Amino acid sequence: MNEEENVSNVIKEVTEGKYKYGFTTDVKTDIIPTGLNEDIIRLISAKREEPDWLLQYRLEAFRYWKTLEMPHWAHLRIPKIDFQAISYYADPTKKNKGTAKSREDLDPEMVKTFDKLGIPIEERLAVSGMAVDAVMDSVSVKTTYKDTLIEKGIIFCPISEAVHEHPDLIRKYLGSVVPYRDNYFAALNSAVFSDGSFVFIPSGVRCPMELSSYFRINARNTGQFERTLIIAEDDSYVSYLEGCTAPMRDESQLHAAIVEIYVHENAEVKYSTVQNWYPGDAKGRGGVYNCVTKRALCKGNNSKISWTQVETGSAITWKYPSCVLAGDNSIGEFYSVAVTNNYQQADTGTKMIHLGKNTSSTIVSKGISAGHSENSYRGLVKVTERADNARNYSQCDSLLMGDKCGAHTFPYMDIKNNTAVVEHEATTSKINEDQLLYCNQRGIKTEDAVGLIVNGYAKEVLNKLPMEFAVEAQKLLSVSLEGSIG
Amino acid sequence: MLEIKDLHASVEGKEILKGIDLTVKTGEVHAIMGPNGSGKSTLSSVLVGDPKFTVTKGSVMFKGKDLLSLSPEDRSHEGIFLSFQYPVEIPGVSMVNFMRTAVNEHRKYNGLEPLSAPAFLKLMREKRAVVEMDTKLANRSVNEGFSGGEKKRNEIFQMAMLDPCLSILDETDSGLDIDALRIVAEGVNKLKTPEKSTIVITHYQRLLDYIKPDIVHVLYKGRIVKTAGPELALELEKKGYDWIKEELGEEI
Repeated sequence: MNEEENVSNVIKEVTEGKYKYGFTTDVKTDIIPTGLNEDIIRLISAKREEPDWLLQYRLEAFRYWKTLEMPHWAHLRIPKIDFQAISYYADPTKKNKGTAKSREDLDPEMVKTFDKLGIPIEERLAVSGMAVDAVMDSVSVKTTYKDTLIEKGIIFCPISEAVHEHPDLIRKYLGSVVPYRDNYFAALNSAVFSDGSFVFIPSGVRCPMELSSYFRINARNTGQFERTLIIAEDDSYVSYLEGCTAPMRDESQLHAAIVEIYVHENAEVKYSTVQNWYPGDAKGRGGVYNCVTKRALCKGNNSKISWTQVETGSAITWKYPSCVLAGDNSIGEFYSVAVTNNYQQADTGTKMIHLGKNTSSTIVSKGISAGHSENSYRGLVKVTERADNARNYSQCDSLLMGDKCGAHTFPYMDIKNNTAVVEHEATTSKINEDQLLYCNQRGIKTEDAVGLIVNGYAKEVLNKLPMEFAVEAQKLLSVSLEGSIG
Repeated sequence: MLEIKDLHASVEGKEILKGIDLTVKTGEVHAIMGPNGSGKSTLSSVLVGDPKFTVTKGSVMFKGKDLLSLSPEDRSHEGIFLSFQYPVEIPGVSMVNFMRTAVNEHRKYNGLEPLSAPAFLKLMREKRAVVEMDTKLANRSVNEGFSGGEKKRNEIFQMAMLDPCLSILDETDSGLDIDALRIVAEGVNKLKTPEKSTIVITHYQRLLDYIKPDIVHVLYKGRIVKTAGPELALELEKKGYDWIKEELGEEI
């Protein structure tokens, strides 16, 4: 798509406005009773026909979770969550049992839903060079290009399937980057997790396609607790994308995921997210609580992880994709645009943990706050005693629209090695009236001008996204801010 | 083309324009001069619809339409262009993207299809030549990191792209060295046709050596206090504004 179409699409999107993924799909769904206890966990495990070791892992996590309290350190007002009122497993593929193998196996309603969301779950319609794992509620609905990828030794499948087909890998790596004792939501996820994607790139293989997962919440009174595990062996490369949406509802829904990435020597993983969960209405009713733990371990020397996220959805975002730079010369990057409007709250950022020698990390965070929203950047740069010659550059910018919103920056630094070079820059700006007048005077409407200015501000991060996603993300930014300038 | 009658305007409750009468006919070049703080920039801001200013009285007709009832963008679409005294920077927005949006909005207003990418780029190339602007500048973000001279050149480049019928040049000469001044002024002259009118706001005769005005006005304390031919500008250059204040019976 060229720039021209791109711009005119942005305009179209802005004028149409509103959250356009808020519909529900009428599909027969197998939902287990609400509540959280050991029997429920046994039931989930049984539904997925899991081996006993995994059930025991879940139970351990659950027992640990019961000893914890909800964390309150974030700059968020989180209403009390009644964990007993949530159903922890909803399977919309009940009719056909498990992930579909072909179009005939798919419920037509399901096909329609993903069509409507613009997700190509049929290979013949696919965007070239992209394989998709589509997940609705607790279950993976369809994974495309599995067979093409396996020829190169690449495994791309729902994690429930990997538990059965690649048990050694799952047993070795599950919880190796994010143990269940990591935090409150990680413990909860480890107890009740459902489908997410499993990716394995063998030594020396450069994945020829973008791999992508699309997460959709559909059923009422459920939460989504997906689990994604990516393993990149020596000298391999993969670019992985993730997108998500949910219906508009007055009550909030919880999404507590774990993403673990294990990167071996000379390998590189690029992980991009466009997060567009339902943000709640203009008065702050409803919306998804997005409490997610994402972490990559750069275990091997010369390994690299790059996180890029565009966060526009969710009523509450609690998310800190992190990099553990254990290998010498390993590199961690975090590029983020977080938009909050109306009554949305976001507390997001990253952790860069420098353990190896000559490790380097880059953080570029762009916050955009509008309406009555609160938007915080929270980041930790930690350099341990052994991490000689570590290097970090952090840049945290905030853009304010209107005078009822808040932007906050909480940078933490913990430097134990005096060869480290750590830089931090922060700016706060407003979209100023002079910029808007300038655009108006050239014939550009205020709404379109806001779209231009915001996309310009976020350009550095949007440029890091794969092409197809960058266009989507640009539109999304404009739509999310619709009506925020009077 | 433009008819301003008894225009009063204020900012934050303070009246700046206190009854402006000004008529600009098709094809004319008007110069507006006057000491600092007399209301010259306020006049241009009010004409383009800057919301910071409130019109309290009077009327402005532009090509037979009530200009004051139009939104700032529609004033642009109707053919009013302001070369800003202080052009703002818009980081991350490329000139190409910015201009394409602007040009296509103008075309849409006039019921035309958007320009294709090749046609647009061709137009960019042609118009860039008017102000001798190099390719690099056109590929950068709007005004970001531009020198004072580059910003002014960029204003005239945009004027060339949008092809307005009334151009208002607000101190376009300020901050320019002699070469840049010549390039900018020549650019303005190249764009001039008998169907187009220009209002030049300036302190100095030197710009008017290039852009020859038909009529010169002196704006003072929110009113036009003197109107004459081009010789008035030369007289002001020589004698300053004090003699005008004297004529008005003010103490100096």
